[in-house]
Amino acid sequence: MNDEQLDAFVSAAASGGLECDGVAAARDADGYRFETPDAAREGLSEAELRAAADRNPRFVSNWHYWNGRDRPDTELAFLRHLESADERSVPDRYETMTDGGIVATWGQLRIDVGLGPDGDRVYALRNEADGGVDAEALDVHSDPLEARRLVKRDDRDRYRPLKTAPTLPTGWAFVDLDGRALAETVEYVYPATIANWYLEGRGELDVSHWRETMERQSGIYGVIKTWDRGEGYEHVNWVAEACCDDSQCLKRREWEYDDETTLDVDGGDGEFPCREPCSLVVTAARKWTQLEGERTERYEFELTPSEKEQVEAIIDAVADGRTDSIREADIYEGANRYRARFLRAKRLDDEGRLCGVPTDGE
Amino acid sequence: MQALVIVAHGSHLNPDASTPTYDHANTIAETGVFDEVRTGFWKEEPSFREVLRTVESDEVYVVPLFVSEGYFTEEVIPRELRLEGWDLDEWESDGTSATHATFEAADVGKTVHYCGPVGTHDAMSDVIVRRAESVTGDDEVGEGFALAVVGHGTERNENSAKAVELHADRIAETDRFEEVEALFMDEDPEVDDVTEFFETTDVVVVPLFVADGYHTQEDIPEDMGLTDDYRTGWETPSEVDGHRIWYAGAVGTEALMADVVIERAADAGASVGDAIESIRRRTDPSVDAGSGSGAGVGD
Repeated sequence: MNDEQLDAFVSAAASGGLECDGVAAARDADGYRFETPDAAREGLSEAELRAAADRNPRFVSNWHYWNGRDRPDTELAFLRHLESADERSVPDRYETMTDGGIVATWGQLRIDVGLGPDGDRVYALRNEADGGVDAEALDVHSDPLEARRLVKRDDRDRYRPLKTAPTLPTGWAFVDLDGRALAETVEYVYPATIANWYLEGRGELDVSHWRETMERQSGIYGVIKTWDRGEGYEHVNWVAEACCDDSQCLKRREWEYDDETTLDVDGGDGEFPCREPCSLVVTAARKWTQLEGERTERYEFELTPSEKEQVEAIIDAVADGRTDSIREADIYEGANRYRARFLRAKRLDDEGRLCGVPTDGE
Repeated sequence: MQALVIVAHGSHLNPDASTPTYDHANTIAETGVFDEVRTGFWKEEPSFREVLRTVESDEVYVVPLFVSEGYFTEEVIPRELRLEGWDLDEWESDGTSATHATFEAADVGKTVHYCGPVGTHDAMSDVIVRRAESVTGDDEVGEGFALAVVGHGTERNENSAKAVELHADRIAETDRFEEVEALFMDEDPEVDDVTEFFETTDVVVVPLFVADGYHTQEDIPEDMGLTDDYRTGWETPSEVDGHRIWYAGAVGTEALMADVVIERAADAGASVGDAIESIRRRTDPSVDAGSGSGAGVGD
């Protein structure tokens, strides 16, 4: 706590009173009242109030941190959430911040909240997978704008079209951020998640369900609404299972088929909500609308039992993104490359047709 | 408080599609004339639907980083931003003359000054010329050079061709280049036959596209005969049928584009102080910081 904070505290008590995280101070007819969770005193002179506040520097600097500057409501709520300010006492938080810092998470981000001079907070940000890595070993930044470039590609150098995909790259850190810079950096890593989380907390999240979202589409996406044929919503279950599972996206799906029909697929455990089908879902749904317009055909293939299971294993491995982790010589794994090549050599003809069976009936 | 929101197409497949949008947003943020500068995308995040809720300001200037008026600027963006009472007539546009109109965004209750796209602003002619200077490395390029402005064409939208012709005509009127032509990818006159349209040996080709991608880095170079396979690259300039083709790539990647964005917002009433001058100065490689920029088209 510094003198400026103490002055501000006393003058806030004089003009309308204050209350924050367990401390309260106000002026009434008998003089000043000063309260902390441990003690309450009344009828104080201004000098006595100042002296009492001076003996509780953490409460004063904490009050100042949350009230001494102009912040958007979203940012204030987010920063308080990171240190569980509504649940943890001021002394408890200060002790943790002094002793290594408060650790919070947001998606795959690890956010460290530390104590700067006079109760100011200092934030640091990194991929939680780098939690145990020394900062010197990481690529360290302090300009939030750098985050846009850093999160564009995953650790395999592949473009990340979905910012909330669980493929946040590792190897970097942001340090010495103030609250504003932290919120800005998080905004670049996970756009609009703070705003939507905040709205949800106030019960004001404007969810757009599948039906209304697809009804809204136009141009090449206008066709998607024809996929809803009044024959149920199983197709949307499949979309949500394919795209919105926690293994694919860290947002917690809050949209359903429509406002009366919930999907059968779990929305996930993400910290921040997903309020409508995103552009990736819409784009994929357009393709599925075209594909699902086809009628099934009856084909006859001859496969050994192991070959049937191998086809299933390949679908599984691709769907779970495991192909890269199947070892080169692991011929016990159906989705192993040599196994797949053997199957292709044996069962696909020169035109790539399974068992030589034409796709269109001939 | 006033905010600037640049809205652009973005891409699920091309990591570079958003790069010019970010670059121009950064350039404008550095001038400090807006309390907030944000970007929103059709295919990336934050989406058009959610970008306004990331802004604190009550006055928001939305500038589409699109090359022409049409489906996106007239239908998709107003719908997704939830501009209440959006009516195309409010723009009073003939297809290239939209400046701005003011609406309330229904979900956030903010005042949105919705601007015409960057591609049809007069200042865009200057960016095309600047692009020609950049690719030739000559800040006085013109004499002995022809200029081709290349657009997508009318596939879905006739305004797309109008925007290209608008700038070709404006630049031709300055008499800076020996010849100026508007060419297109999918209609006549076609960019495939670029050399047939010019007498001049040296031809600068500037595509009126926001970002480099499939069209500007694969299609157009191959169609013009700069290379048989875009993956092997091409020379600048490249010899084609006795001409030297100076292919500039997407005009939207030129740093001066930030100027067009801020001019759009200024036309809509944003207070931008001397930011226009300072951006023109800072993005001009031929001018030392602190001195004035050269006169551009229409100055």
